[in-house]
Amino acid sequence: MGEKILFDHKELDLSLNRLCWQLIENHCGFENTVLIGMQPRGYFLAQRIQERLLELTSVKEISLGSLDITFFRDDFRRRDEPVVANQTDINFLVEGKNVIFIDDVLYTGRSIRAGMDAINSFGRPQQIELLVLIDRRFSRELPIEPNYVGKTVDAIDTEKVLVEWSNTNNKNDLVRLIRE
Amino acid sequence: MGTLSVDHLVGIKDLSEQDIDLIFQTADNFKSVLNRPIKKVPSLRDITIANLFFENSTRTRLSFELAEKRLSADVVNFSAASSSVKKGETLIDTVNNILAMKVDMVVMRHPNPGAAKFLAENVNSQIVNAGDGAHEHPTQALLDSFSIREKLGTVKGKKVVIVGDISHSRVALSNIFCLQKLGAEVMVCGPATLIPKYIKDLNVRVEHDLRKALEWCDVANMLRIQLERMDVNYFPSLREYTMLYGLNKDLLDSLSKKIVVMHPGPINRGVEISSAVADGKQAIILDQVENGVAIRMAVIYLLAQKNKRQE
Repeated sequence: MGEKILFDHKELDLSLNRLCWQLIENHCGFENTVLIGMQPRGYFLAQRIQERLLELTSVKEISLGSLDITFFRDDFRRRDEPVVANQTDINFLVEGKNVIFIDDVLYTGRSIRAGMDAINSFGRPQQIELLVLIDRRFSRELPIEPNYVGKTVDAIDTEKVLVEWSNTNNKNDLVRLIRE
Repeated sequence: MGTLSVDHLVGIKDLSEQDIDLIFQTADNFKSVLNRPIKKVPSLRDITIANLFFENSTRTRLSFELAEKRLSADVVNFSAASSSVKKGETLIDTVNNILAMKVDMVVMRHPNPGAAKFLAENVNSQIVNAGDGAHEHPTQALLDSFSIREKLGTVKGKKVVIVGDISHSRVALSNIFCLQKLGAEVMVCGPATLIPKYIKDLNVRVEHDLRKALEWCDVANMLRIQLERMDVNYFPSLREYTMLYGLNKDLLDSLSKKIVVMHPGPINRGVEISSAVADGKQAIILDQVENGVAIRMAVIYLLAQKNKRQE
């Protein structure tokens, strides 16, 4: 089992900054834009992005919600391991809004498909965009592509990309590639 | 963790505390689904469920049917009154005929205790017991405990009194098992004729004085007098029962603390509970009904998860 560091905390910090500026460029005041973190791991990233956006702009408030896609997955009764649902916390309607899905790793694209299905329970968004920290290209099973990418990675199926967020100190943030 | 230890839901007796916790956690998620503008998830798109009701029911049947539809399952309903059961078909034959039409799960209510267990052992399908005679009514007990947890934060350490017709009540038995597994103290209260002789073996307290029972408890679950199951007279008159065991506003207000009042329905207003209490602030009767759908969604979802798709 080998392992490689894809992002240390400095690179991660730079990429987050760049992603935020790209969002600001496209959505300026965020009046009609909401951030949705995909549960469980995308929500951490979404929180960081929301904090950073508030620092970088004079905007007072940016809506952030978390979306759990467990009940919308397409592999129910096909998996060996059961999945436990997480909390969905969206206390606003997304009707007519620009929704930005935020996830840590984009792999097959199936979670995002389920997410697009799930978000419809909260209204019909005007537009959905996708922001990911890591894009594992060449492993897509559905025609889904991100709009904002932290880093593109070529990894084979037996490898796993793990994003670790520390609660207290950003210096421990890390993205690792693990070979099994 | 993440999966139930049983393949069928026959009774609370078979469940572990972890199973009940898992059902509650899943029901929390479904409850939030039920409060969205669109109250439906696609999880059970490829599952067909038959609701077999050999005994009358409004709430439970509707609640199960809604739960199934909210999960996107296909549903067929069957009630004994309009079926070939009247022509003498056996239970196994009836169910096997329905299963031959490719049904994945059966929700059954039956007047005979043990019917769900019998079916689980004899047919090739997942069984959910929606009440079998005076034996168990597991989803009712789960939703009752879930409602207590929601109202009081936890079930552990709470004192719950079940009042009324304990002998004929499947709700009472399932509730006793469920509450005890979750660490609550249980008391039953009612006339001696309606309390089974050996109930103390289940480690529950017995009290015949309603006021004393209510002073002791945090939660009172008022059961319905089941006149349809009574072949002899267990008490002199309904009026006398109401005087001794009916919960009215004066009695509730005279207690030294505010207790939570529950009722599994259907209510005989003015018999076991007065209208003022049933519609009052301390009653969570309609919360119980709302939670019933979320609990049944959780049970069906978790059982279906165990039934892996055959490729």
